[in-house]
Amino acid sequence: MPDIGFLAPYDFSPLTILSFALVLAGYGYALLRMAPEQRPGSVRVVTFVVGVLLCYGVMQTRFDYYSQYMFFVHRGQHLILHHLGPFLIALSNPLPIFRFWHERMGPTLRSWLRPIGWVYRILQQPVIAAVLFVGLIYFWLWPPIHFDAMLSRQLYWTMNWSMLLDGLLFWWLMFDPRSPVLTSALGYGKRILILALVALPQMILGAWIVFSRGMVYDVYEVCGRAWPMAPETDQLLGGLLTWIPPAMMSVIGILLILRRAMHEDGRILKPARLAGENS
Amino acid sequence: MTRPLLPLILAFSVLALTGCFEDEEQWHAKDISGLMPELEFELIGTGGQTVTPEDSAGNIRLLYFGFTSCPDVCPTTLTDLRKAVNQLPEDYRDDVTTLFVSVDPERDTPERLASYANFFGDHVVGLTAAEPELRDLTKRYRTTFGYDEPDADGNYNVSHSSAVYVFDRSGKARLLLRPGLTTQQVSEDLAHLVSESRS
Repeated sequence: MPDIGFLAPYDFSPLTILSFALVLAGYGYALLRMAPEQRPGSVRVVTFVVGVLLCYGVMQTRFDYYSQYMFFVHRGQHLILHHLGPFLIALSNPLPIFRFWHERMGPTLRSWLRPIGWVYRILQQPVIAAVLFVGLIYFWLWPPIHFDAMLSRQLYWTMNWSMLLDGLLFWWLMFDPRSPVLTSALGYGKRILILALVALPQMILGAWIVFSRGMVYDVYEVCGRAWPMAPETDQLLGGLLTWIPPAMMSVIGILLILRRAMHEDGRILKPARLAGENS
Repeated sequence: MTRPLLPLILAFSVLALTGCFEDEEQWHAKDISGLMPELEFELIGTGGQTVTPEDSAGNIRLLYFGFTSCPDVCPTTLTDLRKAVNQLPEDYRDDVTTLFVSVDPERDTPERLASYANFFGDHVVGLTAAEPELRDLTKRYRTTFGYDEPDADGNYNVSHSSAVYVFDRSGKARLLLRPGLTTQQVSEDLAHLVSESRS
């Protein structure tokens, strides 16, 4: 029988639980109320829910305890928060849900949310998005910063939330379902280029951790590990998790975008008046 | 679009960097001011009485988690701390209290804890509590402990933090003594901390 205690949060965060509950409730409500022809299919719904639950799981279960006291588990946590979870959420194309809620927003609420829209558009500039994506990984893994983040509860939560939000922004930019021909969504070529470019620094960082002779992250030494494991093994596994899976996700992302680009090739015709605009 | 952000990023990096350099100049140990909550606990002393930070209020407190059956790390750390405190000017020594919190309440009876703490000096206070309270306290200071499987004789190893948390007179978290500091460095930091708040 599975241990129920594992599902209880290690560091209870009401804000986190509330956010996840709101997202799932908002998604579920929209799903039930929206026009059937716009409703996402079951595969997409499951993909979305799995993505959300994965992120919730690494933040508000016993998993979080192990992430705080084992470097490699911490890398696994960030792999989910910054890569796999947002990857699935973006891939599930929650655009109809956004539209559903956007239509129901009053004008006051819309004007209140406008500044968020501005920030969003700035952050979704391709160069900024790519630099931010890699920059955050480097920032939080910079040894003195990492040490502080693991010591301070506030910084720790800031770190995890910043990774999750940036992950969502980045993968949404990559998997935005709107066609770049018809809308201002980022072109497929640029998306592929960004995915390839962000993989390189992550591979370098991961390899550096793997091949470091000394202890790069001694905070796990100082604060005690969750179970006795050789520090070298912990660091090696953590480095591998920083190195290989993110690179693989870039490759998978590129393949998915290529597939879409090939699928759309010649099917979507540019409206005549816009033709030549991009050439 | 990127232009207005650049000066901000630059200013932020410069601020962050100067912050780092200042810290390194002032302390040998890791400065944890503002990173950790202030000293707060309710533990059981060697006489069976309840002990809180109030009992050592006004002193510099050195908080250390360990267990008395600890083969090497705990005795070494406590010996080093005693040496560092003994290197302080004489009238400073009474201002430093070492709080040794045993995370092995099963084996560390009050008597055992008392003789162990006394061995390392007059200003070492042996403390412990039931495991849930210890879990709460270690979580507060973002550390943990764990037990190995007992061997045939019932002996088991305990994993615990190897760092010493230093709190100032008002109970604010100030420094983290990581293994690897020399006695001289620890002593200088403690002297610095004692003298900065002397009335």
